[in-house]
Amino acid sequence: MSAADAVPLSETPPVPEDEALLRLKEVSKSYSIRRGLFGERKTLTAVKSVDLALARGEVLGLVGESGCGKSTLAKILLGLEAPTSGDVLVGGQALAGQDRTKLARRIQPIFQDPYSSLNPRKTVFDIVSLPLRIHGIGDGPSRQKRVTEILDIVGLSKRVTRAFPNQLSGGQRQRVAIARALVMKPEIVVCDEPTSALDVSVQSQILNLLSELRREFGLTYLFISHDLAVVQHLATRVAVMYLGRIVEEAGVDELFETPRHPYTRALLDSVLTPDASLGVPDTELGAAFPNPIDPPSGCAFHPRCPKRFAPCDHEFPPTVPTKNGGFVECHLYRERAGASQ
Amino acid sequence: MSAATDAKDLSSDTTGVTADPPLGPGRMAALRGRIFGHAGFMIGAGVLLLIVLLALFAPLLAPHDPYAQNLMMRMKPPVFLGGTWEHPLGTDLLGRDFLSRLLYGARVSLLIGIVAALISGVIGTTMGVLAGYFDGRVDAVVTFLINCRLAMPVVLVALAIVAVFGGSLTVVVTVLGLLLWDRFAVVMRASTRQIRSREYVTAARAIGCSVPRIVLTEIMPNLFNNLIVVATLEMAHAILLEAALSFLGLGVQPPTPSWGLMVSEGKQMLLFNPWMITIPGIALFALVLAINLLGDGLRDVTAPENRN
Amino acid sequence: MQASQDDRANEPLLAVRNLTIDIPVGGGTLHAVRGIDFELKRGETLCIVGESGSGKSLTSLAVMKLLGKSIRPHADAMTFEGTDLANAGPKAMRRLRGDRIAMIFQEPMTALNPAYTVGDQLIEAMRLHRPVSKAEARARALDLLGKVGITAAESRFSQYPHQLSGGLRQRIVIAMALMCEPDLVIADEPTTALDVTIQAQILRLLVDLQRELGMAMILITHDLGVVARVADRVAVMYAGELVETGSAAEIFNAPLHPYTRGLLRCIPVPDKTRRGADLGSIPGIVPSLIGEVRGCAFRDRCDMAVAACVEPIPERNDGPAHSYLCVHDQAALADGPAAPDDREVPA
Repeated sequence: MSAADAVPLSETPPVPEDEALLRLKEVSKSYSIRRGLFGERKTLTAVKSVDLALARGEVLGLVGESGCGKSTLAKILLGLEAPTSGDVLVGGQALAGQDRTKLARRIQPIFQDPYSSLNPRKTVFDIVSLPLRIHGIGDGPSRQKRVTEILDIVGLSKRVTRAFPNQLSGGQRQRVAIARALVMKPEIVVCDEPTSALDVSVQSQILNLLSELRREFGLTYLFISHDLAVVQHLATRVAVMYLGRIVEEAGVDELFETPRHPYTRALLDSVLTPDASLGVPDTELGAAFPNPIDPPSGCAFHPRCPKRFAPCDHEFPPTVPTKNGGFVECHLYRERAGASQ
Repeated sequence: MSAATDAKDLSSDTTGVTADPPLGPGRMAALRGRIFGHAGFMIGAGVLLLIVLLALFAPLLAPHDPYAQNLMMRMKPPVFLGGTWEHPLGTDLLGRDFLSRLLYGARVSLLIGIVAALISGVIGTTMGVLAGYFDGRVDAVVTFLINCRLAMPVVLVALAIVAVFGGSLTVVVTVLGLLLWDRFAVVMRASTRQIRSREYVTAARAIGCSVPRIVLTEIMPNLFNNLIVVATLEMAHAILLEAALSFLGLGVQPPTPSWGLMVSEGKQMLLFNPWMITIPGIALFALVLAINLLGDGLRDVTAPENRN
Repeated sequence: MQASQDDRANEPLLAVRNLTIDIPVGGGTLHAVRGIDFELKRGETLCIVGESGSGKSLTSLAVMKLLGKSIRPHADAMTFEGTDLANAGPKAMRRLRGDRIAMIFQEPMTALNPAYTVGDQLIEAMRLHRPVSKAEARARALDLLGKVGITAAESRFSQYPHQLSGGLRQRIVIAMALMCEPDLVIADEPTTALDVTIQAQILRLLVDLQRELGMAMILITHDLGVVARVADRVAVMYAGELVETGSAAEIFNAPLHPYTRGLLRCIPVPDKTRRGADLGSIPGIVPSLIGEVRGCAFRDRCDMAVAACVEPIPERNDGPAHSYLCVHDQAALADGPAAPDDREVPA
């Protein structure tokens, strides 16, 4: 591969209103939870009024802790969960009225666990050809051809088509899952922790494959991960999520060079690069983890924040735009919010 | 670089290490290995197969008509207790050939076991899968029905119904089929819930599969192992219940040859001719044990923890 | 007097010689661990790093003698503080476990009993081994909960494990492991199930406590970042063998074994790997360890494999504590294809 092929991932700017391939507008999702048979009902707000846009060809990294709502957001994008309020626009059209199957041709998922994402009772051919059969694309021979083609693209030989998932290694399984996601040539692929269940040596192969596929087919990724080194390696833009809100969004270089939100900073501090001269960093976060059913008042991050001050525990933080089109949601920057208005 | 190529050539004949990722052993081959290595499964399957063959070919194998009475030849002992080869297992109170009745009785027991398990299987699986796939109200209703069913004493309810409608093969089979679905429902509900959370089900939804398609092609095939295991257990259960009902005189009605009935008929002769109760008892015991061994074996052979 | 103390300090806390673990499977015998040696000094941290199936967890379970009945371990010698673990009976092992040797697992829920409160379990962990009163044990537990960063320890005492978050649970498990001031803590992927920020906190806590209490630690992980930051010494495990052992600096700055180097090329390192460029990878898959395994198990994935790789592999040394299993010597490895610095392509 020549150097020119390996297009370095430059940062992507924010997405203008009309160019978004996918846009979330003030999307919220809450669940009603009841403890026990006669317990009182409580509301868990997994996603709180989130705005997010994806432009063609970019890789948006979505990072945050487990339970922050990133997987719920992915399910909303895939049309698997309906938002409680707000709109999802795909190619400018609202998702709400659209046919579920039409959406499936445009957005496909890749999951975390390749052991759970493939039906153990089906052959690789059955698994990869299912989307074609559901959508009535092609006939027998042409589907056969398409499946062989896509398996070849993801680096699997023709002889795995008759294999069952339990005859394959973890890496091979994840390749089958990728082939299933790509067989209908979608525009957007939602990758939910696609490598975190894999061994280190296999992880790099899958990451390489994902970048190669993006270049070759002009795919757009929403890349959900807790591994910030991987996000920095692949993403063009990064959104940081905390308890249902996106608290900071910026181009990848900007975010990693000048993290603004204290939570982003803590996340970056927690990345353990393989450098034997360094010790374990101090993130300065307390041990308290907030209960998503009963989130803290004001800024949801304030109980753990090393920089909290007067307004944090009772006032909701302002959304402050940053100069390159990103934003941060934090009281520390509200002076600038006032100045820019 | 050529050295590296040499090593690749050499590797093929050593440890089974190959650079090209090999496929694991075939699913069928692995399954075969586990089946033949499981003694309980093999014994259960062998005995059950034998009984099924005997039942199927009863008209060819039976030396006499099982209904033909011969009052001159009542209570002849089996051959090993001094009887004649004319009646290898002797004759009963009405002079009917015991071996012939035993062979035809196997048909009744197997028929009741299979049909009752089939009826209850359809009812229980439908309820269990629906409850497991759809949360909320459907689940609440099914759970309530299961609890109601579990609160009923099976034998008493069966006795009451048979007493009202009269005992016959059809009534007994229907009653048992309508009463024994609870275990199917409980097991299928739990398994469906587990499978529903698998990512391949989510993937199927993301592809745009309809709910019936997901249930039939993604979930049902993965329930099959559990289903077979429960079905064998319920079959044994139904056979024993039929025997109990017949013993109490409320099951299959004479002169139909049923093992339960044969035990019942033999009970009056317990002190003088103990073989009349022992022979059908042993047959019943062997059949139920075989089915249970087969069921346990199936569970071991197909259990997920045994799979890679 | 002084000399004997020095002797005691120099003598290894744990020494394992030629440990093998065989597991009977359907098609023969799985040689999961194949003759490994390691030792651990007091207060030292040894990280065993490897991918799934490399035998790293089995090794730790063998030291604790917690392997299942069908698994057959054998060691020429396995001593802990002069106790012969290899021949120790179940009773002697029960006395050691939880007292002198403590274990921390990946999933804190498996180590905590859901039916008892946190406080009861902490107190029980101590009273099982020490003749202390409940009040004394309680005082120690509260002290430790404070040390593991749990605020309002009194109120946590009466809570049940399911009422706590994953991070808090793992802190409780650590406190429980430390109740009897063990000499050795074996932590098997203690932070893998946790979020990144919590992972950093828990690791820092472990390292701080370890220094403060002078414990030795064996940390088992697949995460090279964790290894680099925590380890004094590193043992790289592949297919049941320790293919390279050395100080953390030696392993990360001057790795020799092709597998170690391959692993280090696989992970993206901010500011080192060029963004979006292909990461290094190790082709092929881990070989089957069923049946006889001859020569180097890595040779089919190795870019420096030669004919001699099917023969028994010599153990080579580079310095007193850095050893590796490879047919190539250090000079040949240095000239070999793709040294780890190749990834530093100027952007």
